[in-house]
Amino acid sequence: MTDTNTRLLYRIYDSDIGYSFRKSRIAVAATIVTLIYFLAAIFAPLVAPTNPYDLASLNLSDAFTPPAWVEGGSSKFLIGADDQGRDLLSAIIFGARMSLLVGFASTFLAFVIGVSVGLVAGFRGGMVDAILMRIADIQLSFPAILVALLIDGVARSVMPSDMHDTIALWVLIFSIGISGWVNFARTVRGSCMVERGKEYVQAARVIGIKSTTIMVRHLLPNVMGPVLVIATIQLAVAILLEAALSFLGVGMPLTKPSLGTLINTGQNFLYSGEWWITIFPGVALAILVLAVNLVGDWMRDALNPKLR
Amino acid sequence: MAPQNDSPPLLEVRNLSIEFPTRRGTLVAVDDISLHIDQGEVLGVVGESGAGKSLTGNAIIGLLEHPGRIASGEILLNGKRIDNLSYEQMRRIRGRDIGAVFQDPLTSLNPLYTVSRQLVETIKVHTDLDTGAARARALELLEAVGIPAAKERLSSYPHEFSGGMRQRVVIALALAAEPRLIIADEPTTALDVSIQAQIIALLKRLCAERGTAVMLVTHDMGVIAETADRVAVMYAGRVVETGPVASVIQNAHHPYTSGLMGSIPHMKHGVNRLTQIDGAMPRLNAIPQGCAFNPRCEKVFDRCRKERPELISIEQNEVACWLYQSDVGGVS
Amino acid sequence: MIAFAVRRFIQAIVVLLAVSLIAFVMFKYVGDPISQMVGPETPIDQREALREQLGLNDPVPLQFMHYLGDVVQGNFGRSFRTGLAVDRVLLERIPATLELAIVAVLYAVVAGIPMGVYSGLYPDRWLSKFFQTVSLIGISLPTFFVGVILIYIFGPTLNLLPTFGRGEVVHIGFWSTGLLTVSGLKSIILPAFTLGMFQLTLIMRLVRSEMLEVLRTDYIKFARARGLSNRAVNFGHALKNTLVPVITVIGLQLGQVIAFAIITEAVFQWPGMGLLFLQAIQFADVPVMSTYLLVVAVFFVAINLVVDLLYYVIDPRLRLDRAVAQGG
Repeated sequence: MTDTNTRLLYRIYDSDIGYSFRKSRIAVAATIVTLIYFLAAIFAPLVAPTNPYDLASLNLSDAFTPPAWVEGGSSKFLIGADDQGRDLLSAIIFGARMSLLVGFASTFLAFVIGVSVGLVAGFRGGMVDAILMRIADIQLSFPAILVALLIDGVARSVMPSDMHDTIALWVLIFSIGISGWVNFARTVRGSCMVERGKEYVQAARVIGIKSTTIMVRHLLPNVMGPVLVIATIQLAVAILLEAALSFLGVGMPLTKPSLGTLINTGQNFLYSGEWWITIFPGVALAILVLAVNLVGDWMRDALNPKLR
Repeated sequence: MAPQNDSPPLLEVRNLSIEFPTRRGTLVAVDDISLHIDQGEVLGVVGESGAGKSLTGNAIIGLLEHPGRIASGEILLNGKRIDNLSYEQMRRIRGRDIGAVFQDPLTSLNPLYTVSRQLVETIKVHTDLDTGAARARALELLEAVGIPAAKERLSSYPHEFSGGMRQRVVIALALAAEPRLIIADEPTTALDVSIQAQIIALLKRLCAERGTAVMLVTHDMGVIAETADRVAVMYAGRVVETGPVASVIQNAHHPYTSGLMGSIPHMKHGVNRLTQIDGAMPRLNAIPQGCAFNPRCEKVFDRCRKERPELISIEQNEVACWLYQSDVGGVS
Repeated sequence: MIAFAVRRFIQAIVVLLAVSLIAFVMFKYVGDPISQMVGPETPIDQREALREQLGLNDPVPLQFMHYLGDVVQGNFGRSFRTGLAVDRVLLERIPATLELAIVAVLYAVVAGIPMGVYSGLYPDRWLSKFFQTVSLIGISLPTFFVGVILIYIFGPTLNLLPTFGRGEVVHIGFWSTGLLTVSGLKSIILPAFTLGMFQLTLIMRLVRSEMLEVLRTDYIKFARARGLSNRAVNFGHALKNTLVPVITVIGLQLGQVIAFAIITEAVFQWPGMGLLFLQAIQFADVPVMSTYLLVVAVFFVAINLVVDLLYYVIDPRLRLDRAVAQGG
């Protein structure tokens, strides 16, 4: 009896104070940071001081210019220049653009595959469901990085090596997308299983509505909340994965560097003291991922109070 | 109604209030209630969900869940205050002086430990027995609560028992250190109807044999009628009527109590219709002014909506209702 | 118990078969093994002869059977890049990766569980909040970046710890260990810390949320109502119940760590399987890639199996063959 009442009281306490006070200030800040990244990425050519892809404008004598506030720094390069004499700030803005492009595209791919598989498995049930979910189980027991690396490796083996750089973007999107569909599929399938048994779906069936229509019109809206949360978290995962692959030298090429590529190039100069070439892209990446993770955290709490 | 002798009652609750601070202000879940239980007595505390019965029980054993807290009042065990003890001091009282039985036997036992281990650890906390002696005592207890083949079942895990058997184990655990008071919080609500009577009978018999007093918290008036010596009826965090069980049942004064009585099926009477009280108990953040029961009361009049009635003695009962306050003067 | 183990074992075999099929498909269809084995000047008829001799013209299912046969005998073909037998090359690399993974997980567990227990028991203390904040940052920081920063701090700046390689190793049979020499021990600190950090934050967060969950259960309340000491309730009852799901995750993490080691090995030039795999990817060295996949799969499956059985031992509710609820 009062047990339920205690829980109720606890929930009021927990949701109001806990939620709006404790969380949202952080969530708002994280959302703002994320938006800044998005805008900077979209409008990179307008925002960045120079165009880092324009090799003709580079001057090797600018190479290794330290940040402006360090001795030997130049106001021309606010946070320094890299080994090619490229403005590091511009490189980071364009790098973030690449990272976000791969992140969004691969998350979208994972979303499309995962939601379709989940809907089919959840709605068809039986053998189809069993086979699809076994595949999901097997893939889930392998870390995403391994799956992505393998696909990446296979693609590299199949393609002639002079094409590697031009197709790198697509290979990345594909391999990261493929590695991330399972969570979408499981969630959608789970909700489908629950919803399928409910009366409104059965009623819809009885009056002869086609099952695909039921799926799209009735089931999908119900699972959109959790799917959105997974998508946000997957975005953070995808950005990290892309950075890791690029860092390992099998991602974005030097001609179109992402944040991971920049960190990778920069680390060679750590020993000689040019720390800024790798530290700034690293910090930029970490802040982006942290902000997206925080937004995801907050969304999960907001959309599903039970999960807390 | 306390026996007027020198020794204090076993347990006394004086003007206890329990509140929950929330962002929109403090909710008062238990409002200024007083209760007492004598040695070996069974006090039934009855009321609807949310009336504050379980909270009172939890407050007595010092296990109010955060953020609930005792706002005012005292709880005395043998005349000594226990509501202001430290966690460690209170721990020594829990189990040894006051045992507890909770609602759901399925979740009251740790699934990862055998019944024997849970009994032995409880016995050893409160006595000087070594493990061997504690095991022997555990076996006695299981036999006492009527577990068949108790010796073999000692090494069983909770999931290997049925619900009724688990509640017997829970009772054994509550009795392990021979406490003088047991707080039984809806001990049969989660059980099959066919088993409820067995468990209540068992609890009553064991406590009678040991002279253990019981505070039986329930919403089931029938259980109270069979088991309790005295009864306290709670509504929206307050005691509205209290007295000897026969007197409260046969001669209910408060309209709410009468309504509850109307909900007990009787075999003897020819009337086959059970009455019901219209409406629902108010939420804690919307307790009406005056008597909390006034929106549902058939006999409501002006005063009920303005002033809050206190308990006064009428015959053997104490009742908080304006119906009686005009002719029987004075607040008890 | 035995039925359970057998069922799990069969599942493990199925998973391994599925993975070998993938490895086989890679092996067969990615790149042409013949052109990797002979020079470009070799005439067509010689190539065909070799193809026939290697069984590459057999029906595909038969080739798969042959492949499985080879794999079971430890014959994984030769590296396209070095020409060395893959099993030898890989076997040499296994100890480095395993030592790194185990040290990393040990450190994550030893540090992560107490931190999680503390912040679960005392969620309002500042230290718990500090742990929470740090863990969120830990989850967001890319592993390789942590490694790079550590290298910068302990390498050129402080010059305290080695930042690449395994240091001196001792050979015991086929196993080479760096854990018995000072330079080996010093060398493993930074890579293991880097590799374990993500797992640490994960374990900490999991233990904390499980602990909070368990502390709200009825049996914990009942344990308190029985007068058990705080210590007995928190560590005797709550912790054990918390650890049931945590052990599963830790077990699965060990598998993840072996794969994540690829990044750490690359950062610290740690001579393990991961580094080998990475080089194989860069050079499209399919036999090494597919063999790595198989070896890792064997590890994963073995770990999963052990975790399942461990779970079974810890949680009596799973021992269903004994669980015949009696009498009501």
